[in-house]
Amino acid sequence: MSLWVLDKEAVAPFVTSMMGDYRVVGPVAKGIKFAFDQLEEVTDLRLDYDTSILPPKKYLQPQAERMMTFTRTGKPTVDMVLEAPPTVILGIHTCDLHGIRVLDKAFSEGYPDAYYLERRKKTLLVSIECLNPCDEHSFCKSMGTLAVSTGYDLHLTDLGESYAVNTGSDAGAALLEKYSAARRAEEADMKQLNRVMGAKWPRFPFKLDFDVGELSTLMAQSYDNPIWDRLAEICLACGQCTLVCPTCFCFNVYDEVELNLQDGERWRRWDSCQLDEFARVAGGENFREHQAARLRHRLMRKGRYLMERYHELGCTGCGRCARSCLVDISPVDVFNELHGCRVQGE
Amino acid sequence: MAADRELVYMPTMARLLQVEQLTGLEKLFTLELPEGQSLGNEPGQFVEVSLFGIGEAPISVSSSPGRSNGTFELCVRCVGDVTRAMHQLERGAQLGIRGPFGNPFPIDKMKGKDVLFAAGGLGLAPLRSLINEVLDQRSQFGRVIILYGTKQPSEILFKDELVQWAGRGDVEFHMTVDRGSENWEGNVGVITTLFPKITINSRATVAATCGPPIMYRFVLMELLGKGIPETQIYLSLERRMKCGVGKCGHCQINGLYCCQDGPVFRYADIKGFEEAF
Repeated sequence: MSLWVLDKEAVAPFVTSMMGDYRVVGPVAKGIKFAFDQLEEVTDLRLDYDTSILPPKKYLQPQAERMMTFTRTGKPTVDMVLEAPPTVILGIHTCDLHGIRVLDKAFSEGYPDAYYLERRKKTLLVSIECLNPCDEHSFCKSMGTLAVSTGYDLHLTDLGESYAVNTGSDAGAALLEKYSAARRAEEADMKQLNRVMGAKWPRFPFKLDFDVGELSTLMAQSYDNPIWDRLAEICLACGQCTLVCPTCFCFNVYDEVELNLQDGERWRRWDSCQLDEFARVAGGENFREHQAARLRHRLMRKGRYLMERYHELGCTGCGRCARSCLVDISPVDVFNELHGCRVQGE
Repeated sequence: MAADRELVYMPTMARLLQVEQLTGLEKLFTLELPEGQSLGNEPGQFVEVSLFGIGEAPISVSSSPGRSNGTFELCVRCVGDVTRAMHQLERGAQLGIRGPFGNPFPIDKMKGKDVLFAAGGLGLAPLRSLINEVLDQRSQFGRVIILYGTKQPSEILFKDELVQWAGRGDVEFHMTVDRGSENWEGNVGVITTLFPKITINSRATVAATCGPPIMYRFVLMELLGKGIPETQIYLSLERRMKCGVGKCGHCQINGLYCCQDGPVFRYADIKGFEEAF
């Protein structure tokens, strides 16, 4: 598409003017960390954030969402509820943009998921180039998620005094044109952009000991590896890794009834394959009874199953699960150890 | 039921026409969709049953498409929240239905072959849909062999129908109970004790089996031991199929979704999967 330049002083007016027409969300400070939140004041926006506690997924698949309302009186009735306010998400890191691409496939292939897709249709994604690693946990460069060429409506790169703005869709271009004072990029801007992009790559380390293209095959060979039992001994089965993951989309469905016992709502909420009851059926049989099986299932999903189903890796290298894990289980360490076992075995 | 794919989570209200107590734990529910809609199920598929305020549960359709008459039947054990509430319902009640979902038994691939059914306990519920479909097109199949086992005589499902099957000259019917009772004069022993009673032409036989997870291990050994190819053994598996449409993740078996790739699987496609059995 096309390249524009937005001076940093022009960011606040740009964001403020779209706030009248959109729910605008972006990274804001939350204690010593950052979180995506709806912007009340444009000054809260922190495009310089390192990483967010939760990925922006929560605006496309909320932690809890109402699916329908019902009445139980006489002949029961049921009405679909779909709340999808027009939204702009600002400051999405490229790893999370990759995560959204996984969700797009998961919720559109086979049976389309109207709830996700309606929200997605009404959401504009404004991503931002990472110029420095967020911390020691991320391994985006190894996972191939440190760069994007598609999937955004607008993509920002910090040039110091200004942002370079790539338009990635007609809707993104229209947003920029309607609300911002961006100007067309000139040759000097492009040179500066090239300098910035060239300088960033060496700052990011490779963390994976092998090419990510081999991951799916490696996982297929690692089903019976003893690592799963060993990790299960320290894993607390708390499910935090799944809650912070940009590509975890499993959910459970619940009915809630008013005190009158007649009216109610059906909700769906994030669920976790790490929890004991996840694969248990009513008769009592649990098909992933042991934590080793549950932990393996999660990493197989990330490294293999989603690749087989959607041709996308389920791990973006964002590092959130490792960052939040109370016993320091990190997918990159697991992947490397599995690779080490295979090399030794050869 | 012509499901609007965009509204795949929205149940259609069905009317409960009849409830029949089959055993102490199982009832047969006959349901009717509004405005003469047909469920349009194939043998082996399931529906999601909603009881608003309680929740939703996946239930296999027990009636065969050919005998639908605009209605369908669900054979339900009283075992969880939704099924317990279902068992309280009386004629005329309204239930939410979504579906049918899932991969059915490939009845066309079974034509021209001998068909061996092995049902354990409640596993007869989904198999009955296929059995009756096969019997209604009887001339298109070779031998029809039905093996059925339950824990005890009081748990036998569809007793009248079993008598009909057993009475047909063109069906080889054998059943057993794990533990007999005073009045029981039939076979006693687990379902695998029925296998020595039958001889089969393995290459020409397709097997369809459904039962509790523990049963599969032993029945599969018998089927494979008789020389039936892995590609001709079909199993219907039970999982927590919460959404029914391959999204919620609960029913995943290794990389497969039971609700989409199953619930009917070919043994050859899942034999290496630890989570399958």
